[in-house]
Amino acid sequence: MSELRFTEDHEWLRAEADGSVTVGITAFAQNALGDVVYVQLPELQQYEKGAEASTVESVKAASGVYMPLDGEVVAVNENLESSPELVNEDPLGEGWFFRFIPADANAVGQLLDQNAYDRLIKANADA
Amino acid sequence: MSTETLHTTPLHALHLELGARMVPFAGYDMPVQYPLGVMKEHLHSREQAGLFDVSHMGQIRLTGSEAAKALESLVPVDIIDLPVGMQRYAMFTNEQGGILDDLMVANLGNDTLFLVVNAACKDQDLAHLRKHIGSQCEIQPLFEERALLALQGPAAVKVLARLAPEVAGMTFMQFTRVQLLGVDCYVSRSGYTGEDGFEISVPAANADALARRLLAEPEVAPIGLGARDSLRLEAGLCLYGHDMNAQTTPIEASLLWAISKVRRADGARAGGFPGAERIFAQQHDGVARKRVGLLPQERTPVREDAEIVDEAGSVIGRVCSGGFGPTLSAPVAMGYLDAAHAALDTPVWAIVRGKRVAMKVSKMPFVAQRYYRG
Repeated sequence: MSELRFTEDHEWLRAEADGSVTVGITAFAQNALGDVVYVQLPELQQYEKGAEASTVESVKAASGVYMPLDGEVVAVNENLESSPELVNEDPLGEGWFFRFIPADANAVGQLLDQNAYDRLIKANADA
Repeated sequence: MSTETLHTTPLHALHLELGARMVPFAGYDMPVQYPLGVMKEHLHSREQAGLFDVSHMGQIRLTGSEAAKALESLVPVDIIDLPVGMQRYAMFTNEQGGILDDLMVANLGNDTLFLVVNAACKDQDLAHLRKHIGSQCEIQPLFEERALLALQGPAAVKVLARLAPEVAGMTFMQFTRVQLLGVDCYVSRSGYTGEDGFEISVPAANADALARRLLAEPEVAPIGLGARDSLRLEAGLCLYGHDMNAQTTPIEASLLWAISKVRRADGARAGGFPGAERIFAQQHDGVARKRVGLLPQERTPVREDAEIVDEAGSVIGRVCSGGFGPTLSAPVAMGYLDAAHAALDTPVWAIVRGKRVAMKVSKMPFVAQRYYRG
C-alpha cells in the first residue's frame, strides 16, 4: 500500500498497483460532517478536476466531494449505498468512495503529503 | 461568528465541558451535538432519556384576573377554560391569519399564566403582548431569570421521579410546581420529540446543578439541537420559521386541531383573535396549499427549500423541513403542496441537485407519538 496524498478539500488519495487511484474523505472530514446517512456516488465517466463527482449527506447537511484531478472514474464503493456509516467508521478503509484513472499519472504525487495535510488541519484548528 | 456577539445559557460551561460542538442558533451559542453524535443522540432519546438545554426559549409570566381573557384576544385557543395545572399549544396570529409564533401556555392558578415561546421570536412576542394586552395584565419576561431543560424519552419519568416522586402521576400536558433539589421548579409533561417526557423551568442559578444531577443518572445523555430537530421532524412537529411563518395560517400549516372548538366559527366564543375571518374562510372554502408529510422513496435526504414537482414537471410546492430520520432509518420531510396534490399517497418528486427524487405524501407523525395519557 503506497502512502496517502490529500487535497485541501479533505479528500485522501492512494495510488494502487493497477494504476488507478482510490479516493475517500479523511477522518477529519467525516468527524466534521457528523453521521453520514447517504452517499451519492459518481458515474463511471470522465470528470474534470474540481467537478462535484459525489455528494455526501450527513444528518446535518449535504457536502460535495470533488474530483481531485482530471480523470475517469472506473469503480465506486457500492457498499456505501446500503452502509453509508462506513464513511464514519472506517474513512481510510472500507469507507472509500471511488477509484479513477488520472489523466496525468504523476499528478497524484504533487498533492499534499501526510505532513502537509496535518499542518493544514492544525492551521484550521488554530484559525 | 464570534461567541462574543452571542448570548449563552446558564448551561454554557457544562456544554463545553461535555465536549459539545457549539453553533450559533437564534442569537445563542448552543450545542448542536455532543461527542455521541446526532444519530446516537436521537436513538438514545427514543430508547432511554435525553437531556436538552432549551434555555434559549422565552419564558413569560402573565398575571392578573383578566390575563386569560386578554391572551385569548391574541390566540385562536381556549385559554379562559384552560384548567389550572394544564398546558396547551397555541399560536399568535396576525391580522392576515399568519402565524407570528407558536407557544405553550400553562395555567398556574392564582390568575397566572406561564408561556414558553420560541427563542428567535421572544423579543417580538414580548413587544406584541405589551402592545396588545399590556394594560390588561402584568407581563413579566423571565428570559434571564429562568432556564429550561427538557428530559425526553421512555425513561424520563423514572429518572425525574427519583428527584420528585409526584411527577410519575402527571399525564401528558399537565403542569405543576415541583421541588427539585430543594428548588422551586415548574414541570410540564410535554416536549418536542414525540416521546413521553418533561420540560423543567428552573431558576437560572440552579440550572447547572440540576442538569448535572440528571446527567448523573445512568439512563440520561445530553442531546444537542441536531437530534432535537430530527426527533421533532419524525414526530411531525412544526418548527417555527421553517414549517410556518407570518405568511402561513394555521389552516395552511395543517394546525386546525390546535384551534379550540370554542373559538371556531361555530363555537361559543367564536373569533376574537387576529385574522379570524381569513382563517374561518379558509376552513370553510379550503386552502390553495397546505403542509403535508413527505416520505422520500429513495435514500437521498430531501432538505428544506427543495422544489417539489408533479409528474409533468410543474412546480407544485416546496420542502419546509427535511433530513434523515434515525428511528425510521430513512429520509423524512414536510412540505407545502398545492391542495390538488396534497392527498395521502400522492406521488410527487423533489428536485435534488438537478435530479428527481420520488416522494409520497404521507401521514404524520412518521414515528408514533408515545405521550403518557394515564
